[in-house]
Amino acid sequence: MIGIVDYRAGNLTSVARALDYLNEPSVITQDFHRLDGASHIIFPGVGAAGQAMANLRQGGLDHHLQRWVQEGKPVLGICLGTQVIFDHSDEGDTPCLGILPGTVRRFPADLESEGRRLKIPHMGWNRVVFRQDHPVFAGLPETAEFYFVHAFYPAPADERWAVGWTDYGVRFCSAVARGNLVAVQFHPEKSGRPGLAILDNFCRWEGTHAQ
Amino acid sequence: MLSKRIIPCLDVRAGKLTKGVKFKGNIDIGDPVDAARLYYEQGADEIVFYDITASAEGRSIMIDVVRRVAERIFIPFSVGGGIRTVEDMRQVILAGAEKVSVNTEAVQNPAIITEGAKAFGSQCIVLGMDVRRTNGSNEVPSGYEMVIHGGRIATGLDALGWAKEAERLGAGEICLNSIDADGTQSGYEIDLTRLISSHVGIPVIASGGAGKPEHILEVLTRGEADAALVASMVHYRTHSIEEIKAFLRDRGVATRMHW
Repeated sequence: MIGIVDYRAGNLTSVARALDYLNEPSVITQDFHRLDGASHIIFPGVGAAGQAMANLRQGGLDHHLQRWVQEGKPVLGICLGTQVIFDHSDEGDTPCLGILPGTVRRFPADLESEGRRLKIPHMGWNRVVFRQDHPVFAGLPETAEFYFVHAFYPAPADERWAVGWTDYGVRFCSAVARGNLVAVQFHPEKSGRPGLAILDNFCRWEGTHAQ
Repeated sequence: MLSKRIIPCLDVRAGKLTKGVKFKGNIDIGDPVDAARLYYEQGADEIVFYDITASAEGRSIMIDVVRRVAERIFIPFSVGGGIRTVEDMRQVILAGAEKVSVNTEAVQNPAIITEGAKAFGSQCIVLGMDVRRTNGSNEVPSGYEMVIHGGRIATGLDALGWAKEAERLGAGEICLNSIDADGTQSGYEIDLTRLISSHVGIPVIASGGAGKPEHILEVLTRGEADAALVASMVHYRTHSIEEIKAFLRDRGVATRMHW
């Protein structure tokens, strides 16, 4: 059973629908007892970092997320879920969970590519260059693209944790991994077949990976 | 870098896929869920549903369509037509849509854009614009006027002014439809598209007039659109999404090629 953490940060049903399609039983819940019983945790979310952190603290889920990561349960962060895993987000100057050292930065307003100003948020399909040795990101075609919607991006303190990179005026880290934790800035549940492959890989992963 | 998006638009009337010319003479052409799945398989980057029934009865049929689509396709899709309140938006989003679009509703009540953006984030709120060319006047300095109610009622509202205002209110994207070009299959309104796209900081989806891949190439390059809406040319199987994307790739326009 896959536990999807509900902390009132956007619509979580699309992750559940993608898991249904993959025949993976899942539950969307804010009840940590039920999440304790899950084999894997998915931590999605859209919205603002400040509100997300307030909701997590209010429900006590901040401590449980830290605990699940410490205990070795496979955890997958998605989008805002990925951002709040770090120490700090520039969005609203928000202290975050501190599960992974690093910060979350805003795309500069004057991003340019080939002489044209880039629009923010970064919204649409873009490539991710994955480090090929991680089981959750294994077997993806090199030309695969993923669906992004965000104005802030993760900057892990140690580049060894960056397992995926994307170019949008700046080269930013779009996938991180350390031990039993993986986290992506894009939406695998909305990224067609390559996205479903990542979710499928995650559900089969036992959380082990030689760094 | 970000790929340009190709987005099939499905007009739905009472749960059936339909297509008209210049907003008139609609005929039913199939099941929207099957069509959405077909386009997903062909490599559509996103799908737009537009509910043209908008009666209370039609709404619940549409919610059911949205739910069935969400179970079968795993790319973003948006739903518009008859969305008047934040609660209408919530229903559509909970049924599985990524985005909602507001058009007539936003012109009549601009606050819905801000309320929607606050509740679900700007990335969820698409401003649909139906635009008609005018001779230019003091009231409509850009030469393009907003029309509402499916193209039936002129508003005197300047299209460029409204696009900027909607961005300020919190719209995350604009779907820009030319009434003059809609359903003609003779090409997008390039000047209009470039005018709006170059004056806002949010993505612009060009709509109305696509008949062949050359039109799409033109609107994504000269028209500066971030995405192109297609309808007749794919619904009638004149062209497939794959074929359109291959055409663009061969001419140096990057779209998502693996799905």
